Order: sequence, then C-alpha cells, then structure tokens
Amino acid sequence: MNFRTVRPGITAINMSVSVQIKNINKKFEKLEALRDITLSIPPGELFGFIGPDGAGKTTLFRLITSLLLADKGSIAVDGLDSETDYKKIRNITGYMPGRFSLYYDLTVEENINFYASIFKTSLRENYHLIKEVYEQIEPFKKRRAGDLSGGMKQKLALSCALIHKPELLILDEPTTGVDAVSRKEFWELLKKMQKTGITILVSTPYMDEASLCDRVALMQKGDLMAVDTPSSIVDGYNGDLWQISSSDMHAIVADLTGIDSRIEKVFRFGEKVHVTTHNIDNKELGVIIEGVLDGAKHKNILLEGAKPQIEDCFLALMDEKG
Amino acid sequence: MKDDDHIIVVENLVKKFGSFVANDNLNFFVRRGEIFGFLGANGAGKTTAIKILSGLSKPSSGKASVAGFDVGRQSEKVKRNIGYMSQRFSLYDDMTVKENFRFYGGIYGLSAKGIKQKTAHLLQKLDMLDYKDMLLSKIPLGWKQKLAFSVAVMHDPAVVFLDEPTGGVDPITRRQFWELIYEKASEGTTIFVTTHYMDEAEYCERVSIMSEGRIEALDTPSNLKKKYNVNTMDEVFVRIARSDA
Amino acid sequence: MWPFIKKEFFHIFRDFRSMLILFGMPVAQVLLFGFAITTDIKDVSIAILDNSKDNVSREISNKLVSSGYFILNSNLSSNNEIEAAFKRGDIKEVVVFESDFAQKLQREGVADIQLIIDASEPNTASMINAYTSGIINSYSLELMKKQGKIPISIITEPKMLYNSGLRSVFMFVPGVITILLMLVSAMMTSISITREKEVGTMEAILVSPLKPIQIILGKVAPYVLLSFINLIVILLLSAFVFDMPIRGSIALLLVESILFIVMALALGILISSVSKSQQQAMLLSMFALLLPTILLSGFIFPIENMPYALQLVSHVMPSKWFIIIVKNIMLKGVGIGYFWKETLILLAMTVFFILMSVKKFKTRLE
Repeated sequence: MNFRTVRPGITAINMSVSVQIKNINKKFEKLEALRDITLSIPPGELFGFIGPDGAGKTTLFRLITSLLLADKGSIAVDGLDSETDYKKIRNITGYMPGRFSLYYDLTVEENINFYASIFKTSLRENYHLIKEVYEQIEPFKKRRAGDLSGGMKQKLALSCALIHKPELLILDEPTTGVDAVSRKEFWELLKKMQKTGITILVSTPYMDEASLCDRVALMQKGDLMAVDTPSSIVDGYNGDLWQISSSDMHAIVADLTGIDSRIEKVFRFGEKVHVTTHNIDNKELGVIIEGVLDGAKHKNILLEGAKPQIEDCFLALMDEKG
Repeated sequence: MKDDDHIIVVENLVKKFGSFVANDNLNFFVRRGEIFGFLGANGAGKTTAIKILSGLSKPSSGKASVAGFDVGRQSEKVKRNIGYMSQRFSLYDDMTVKENFRFYGGIYGLSAKGIKQKTAHLLQKLDMLDYKDMLLSKIPLGWKQKLAFSVAVMHDPAVVFLDEPTGGVDPITRRQFWELIYEKASEGTTIFVTTHYMDEAEYCERVSIMSEGRIEALDTPSNLKKKYNVNTMDEVFVRIARSDA
Repeated sequence: MWPFIKKEFFHIFRDFRSMLILFGMPVAQVLLFGFAITTDIKDVSIAILDNSKDNVSREISNKLVSSGYFILNSNLSSNNEIEAAFKRGDIKEVVVFESDFAQKLQREGVADIQLIIDASEPNTASMINAYTSGIINSYSLELMKKQGKIPISIITEPKMLYNSGLRSVFMFVPGVITILLMLVSAMMTSISITREKEVGTMEAILVSPLKPIQIILGKVAPYVLLSFINLIVILLLSAFVFDMPIRGSIALLLVESILFIVMALALGILISSVSKSQQQAMLLSMFALLLPTILLSGFIFPIENMPYALQLVSHVMPSKWFIIIVKNIMLKGVGIGYFWKETLILLAMTVFFILMSVKKFKTRLE
C-alpha cells in the first residue's frame, strides 16, 4: 500500500513504485517485437534494458506507458493496470522518449514551462525537484532548444520529464548519440535522482553502461536473454577469454583461426586479438600459440587472460540462443 | 609530402567561423592502412575537421592533404580518392541492393562491367548474393550497415571516413562489421572512424581525442590507458574531455 | 489549456514559412485574382453599323464607347462591310442598329440591336456579349425611368444581375475566402500535428494526463483565431482595393465563416491522424482538400456545366455550400432564409468531421 500525497512546497518522502511485467507479447504484423517477457522491478531500483536496435526496448516502454497495448500479458505499475488505469499511471510517470521530445523552436524555459503546465504545475513550484539538472542548463534558459548541444538537450529533456515529480521515470535511450562525457554526467545525475527514491527504467544500446545500473536485462530481438546484476552477469560468463598480440596484427586472426577445437572464437580487438576457449589453461594455450605462430612473422607474442565485459556475455548469450 | 606512408597529413590546420575557432591548430598524420579513431565530445570540432579532410570545406589557414592531394586546392581529386559512410547517410531504402551498388559505382565513374564484378565480389564476401534484388527497406539494420560499408569502399578509395558507423547494431553485427574494417585495412585502405562507443575506440590502432577544437591526445589505446593510469578508453576520454570543462 | 495555445503561437510566429502562408498568402491571392487573373475586358475594338442614325442609337453608341470597355474602331455604312471588317482582324464586335430604331422603340416598345461577335475566343466573346448587353440594358432602364414607360428591349444576362458592376473580382472573392480558410485551417493544423509526431513531442504529450479533446483544442484554437483574422484581411482588401460590397449582414457572414473554419480544422485533424509525416499531411491536404475545393466547388468551373457524376461529387464538397452561402450574403445581400439549407448541410458536415476526428485521434500510438 502506498499513500501518495502531493503537497506543494513540502518535499514529501517520495513513495516510489514497482513495475510488474507478466508474460507480455507484442506483434507488429509479422514481427514479434516482444516474446513472453516477465520481469519484476522493485521500488527504487535503477534498472537497465541493454540491447541493440530492434531488441524491443522502446516497445516495452511504450507498453508500460500505455502508448501501446499488449497482445498478451499484463503490466502493473504500483499495482495499477497499464491498460485500464493508464490515466493514473501517466500522472505518476515521467517519460523521456527516444527522440528528445523537445520543441526546438521554443526556449529552454518555455519547454519546461510547457511540460510543467500540462501536468498542472509550474517551474517555480517544482524548481527544487529538478534543481540538480536544471542548474546546469539554466544559464542558457533564453536559448532555443534547437541550438543546444546534445548533452544539454538531454538534460533539458530530463528536466521536462522530472518537472511533475514522477515516481517512475522511464528513459528511452537517453544517452544515444551523446558523447562519453555528457553520458557520464547523465549517469551521475540518474544516481542522484535514484537517491530521492524514484524508480528508474533506462534503456541503452551501450553495453558499457550496464555496470552503472542496479540490475539489467540483456535484450535481443524481443527476448530477455538475462536479468541480473551486472557483476553476476559477468561472473556467469562461461569459458575463458584471452588476449593475444604480436608484431603482425594483420595476419594474426587468420593464423590463429581453426588451429584447435578448444579455441572457439578469434576476434581482432584493436591492438590485440581476443580468443575464447574452453578446457584449456594458460600454459597449454601458450604452447599451442607458440607452435602455430611463425616466429619470423610474429615477434613479441604476448598472451594474457582477459576479463570478460558485458558485451562478451551478450555475445555468448546470443550464441547460446542461436 | 614528408613520408609516402602518411596518407593524411594535417599541418597547423585552423578553421574559424567568425570569431568561433572550430579547429585550433591541428597537427597529425595517419598512416596508410591504419585504423584511426577520431574521438571527441559533441561540438569538439570533429565534424568540422572531417568536412575539411573530405574536401567539403576549406581550412581558414594551415593545410591538409589526403592521398597526396591538397584538400583546399584539389578538393575534387580528394573526393575521388575517399569513401564516406555514416549512420545517417547511407543507402536508398526504395532501391534494391544491386541498384544501390550500381548507383554509387556510377557516381565514382566505375564502368558497368566494373560495377558488376565489384558488386558480385563484395556481396559474395558478405554472403549476401541471394539478396541482391531485395529492396533495402526489407533488409535488417546490421546488414544494411555492412552493405553501406561495402558501397563506400567499392571504388577502392585510399581513405574511408566512417562517421558513427555502428550506431544501434547488435554486438555480433558490430564485430562482423569490424572484421570487414580490419580486412579492408589489411589491403591497405586507411580507415578514419568516429564513434561514441568508447569500447569501440579500443578497436582502433591509434586514436586522437579532441576537445574544444584542439587535439588533446593522440596515441595507441594501450599507451593512453597507461599514461592516464586507467583501465578503459572511457576513463581516458572523460579525463581529457573534462579537464578543461 | 492556455499554455498549450501560447506554445502553439510561439511555433507559428517563429516559423517564417508558417507566417508567410498565414499572412502573405491571403494578400497575394486576393491581389492575384483581383488584378492578374482578371476576366474583365478593357479597350475592345468595335465597329458600329448605325442604320438609323437617330438620337437614341447615337446615345447608345456614346454609352458604349465612353464606358471604357470599348474603343470605336470604325463606323460602317452597310452590311457588306461587316465581314471585311472582321477579316482585317482589328475588331472583335460589330453593333448593328436596325433602321428607324428610335421610332420603333417609341411606337412598338421593341427595337433590335444585333451584336455580331468574333467567337474565336469563346470566353472573351461571351464576356463582350455580357458587357455590351449590360450597357444597353442599363441605358434602357434609364430611358424607362425618364419616360415612365413600360421597359423596352431588355437584354438580360443572369450573371450580370448580381454583378452589375461587371467586375470579375466579385466572383472570385468568395472562392478565395474559401480556399484560404481551407488552406490555413486544414493544412496548417494537420502539418503542425504531424510535426509533433515526427519530432517525438506527441509521445510526451500523449503520456501526460491531458485528454485528447484538450490536445486537439490546444492545437486548433490558434488557427481559429488566425483564420478569422485572415478572413477579415481578405474582406478589407476586397472592400478597399476592389470596392467589393458586402450587401448582406457582416455578422452573419462571420458566423458562417467560423462554421466553415471549424469544419476545415476538423478535416485537418482527420488528415493528421492518417498521415505519418508532415510531407504526407501536406500532400493529402493539397490533393484531398485544396484541388477539389478549387475545381469542384463551382469556384472556377460552373457546376452546371460538369458531367453528372462530377456534379454528384461536388455535393460532398463542403466548400461548394460555403461558396453559395458567401455569394448569397456578399453579392445578393439576402438573409439566412435564402440559404438555411446550405447552412444546415455545412453544419451537418462539421459535426460529422468533428466526431470523426475526435474518434480517430488516438491516445495511443497505434
């Protein structure tokens, strides 16, 4: 049971909300956008949906905000059904769609005021809620949104999504196309937001952002491949990962491919090649490599164990599912 | 030209828009066959620099040469010797795979026969010969990007500029895409790539990081990580781009 | 509601193209139709064959020549010269008075004037006919007044009855009003709604607690006002630049126009709900609304001359009914009693489109 009282001027303890997704299926004509998705997100969690375009992230968010209706299954936000109680859900949800949903011909201030007004509040009334974010763009409040840099647009869009004191914040690819510094700052902001007790769902195609979430779902073509904390996902990586380098990086991939059945994948990774193996230890692998790589061509051969990243796990999971 | 091996040479390059300095005295070179990552925050001046290097915009002062041609005075020759691919600008959705190849081949003055051979060869490499008569709109994003890359290198350019080539594709496709890049690079084509994926920066042989119009760092990813004593390119990037913010 | 409307005004006032369509277009259209595409005639060369040479025939000749529409090229003396005069190609019309013209008129009340017109350009020919007849007609009315007698040899031309000033701009103004209200209301709203879909802001508004009707009203309210201002501008322009009268009630005209504006806005919303991009919305408005308005409403091509099938189609054109109403008010100066049927039809269409558009407007993305 949650008691929600919104009293202007008084910062009440934010009662955040849970999201329950049960057996959701959604088809667009022949395309299965989501296949039997079941997921439970407790109040106050920062939850990440990680996956490439076409994974179903946006569709899932649109189902939660009731912009779309599911073919099968149900979604409950704070116990409210997304289909029948969508009006109540919309009142407590802040949604930032994939494209920033700003009016580029309106100024920063006008954008915020507009979004505040459609939720029957105002910038003045709720300034304290978005202070953290808004302060960074306030010096440009007379500038048109279209003239802002990517990072500033992103912060403005976040301000607009936060202005009505939502208890659930849904951010669809907020960091796509934004540079690494702005992305970093954005994630720092999200962490601060989370401390106020708000539940945050965020999607991203950048695998390296997974580690910033409490828990993540790895999504691919409408399936949830894994749901867990980032560290557990990495710990669950099956097999071993090595990095090898030599003086002739152009030839090394071809020279290492297909030399032993226990060596599964050889992939060039910048200055190194990554090799995945099973049932083979450092020493044995070293011997095999020494034997295969021609000493005249490959000098300074280096072999080290590599720590798998979320992307490696993602790839392994994709392989498993075929 | 100082070194025949240097396919891109940039010396004291400055580009100003009014009082705004977009490129502030850039100096660097890129070797033939190198995979060069060109990184920077939004608005750091990357796009301006790429426009100059691809002959679309003239430098305010200083000079740059690509494939031995001056970008200011010989921009037409520069354009003939480069390929370009970006996530936004790629192929025509309402044309078939073959028609796209034919169109771009025609732009670069390839003969009809040359186009046919190239198309067959490139599609074979992608294992997509069966799809040559399919409309681009019916083809999944990841494949499209591989096709777009093949089209961009169809005329065997000396340098290919890739502007955020892998945005939005799944990791497997991205790796396959990079395999194409490595293969092309080993044939001697220079790859000049921008990306927001910092882990992708590790795929490059050398990277430069721009901030506020200047190149703040240029080295191999491992040297940069060593220099800043961090584990990932992401941290390197944030250190550099934030230091003066 | 108000912030929504304010925001919409910002969009309009900050977009040069919208401003141009909104305010440049009405002025340009009215002036264009008024001056350039005029079907008025001016300085047409004529010849007169006066077989009577009495005071009445001379007076009529004088009236014709001094009207400004005709220039007297030559006076002919016999029927044999007529053909030669046309063949020389320097005249378009010969006006032939029968002999003993004045006497006949006096005695029998009927006298003939024969108009022989070069009809190689049919439009011009009928125009010349109408103008000549008009002048003669007005003279006979004058004569009748002076002599207090039963009218004589009246040549009537129905078109001229309501356009006695013989100005084609009068015919065009109702059409131009219709086109512009359609354009501004339907096209601009449909484009502005689809723009929000394209940019992605519609998604954010839809997930807000706003009701669809609030979103719709917020989007269209500014355009009601702007269309209304447009209407006033057109009316002022036509009144002061072209001396176009508004014979009927101005209030009634404005009320009927608002009805039409609301109908067009509903159409605009309907278009926006079936189009995915601004471009689509624009093309749809152009081909589904604007062209039929121009071609099938009776604005340019008289409906009576259309094939029966097209006449049927014209019945479902809201603009047809609106043009009838506007002509009735402005040119005939009659009251609602004469066009309540048309008003009712328009009202029914408006209600229908509003219901459709509210029903079609989705609170979801599908």
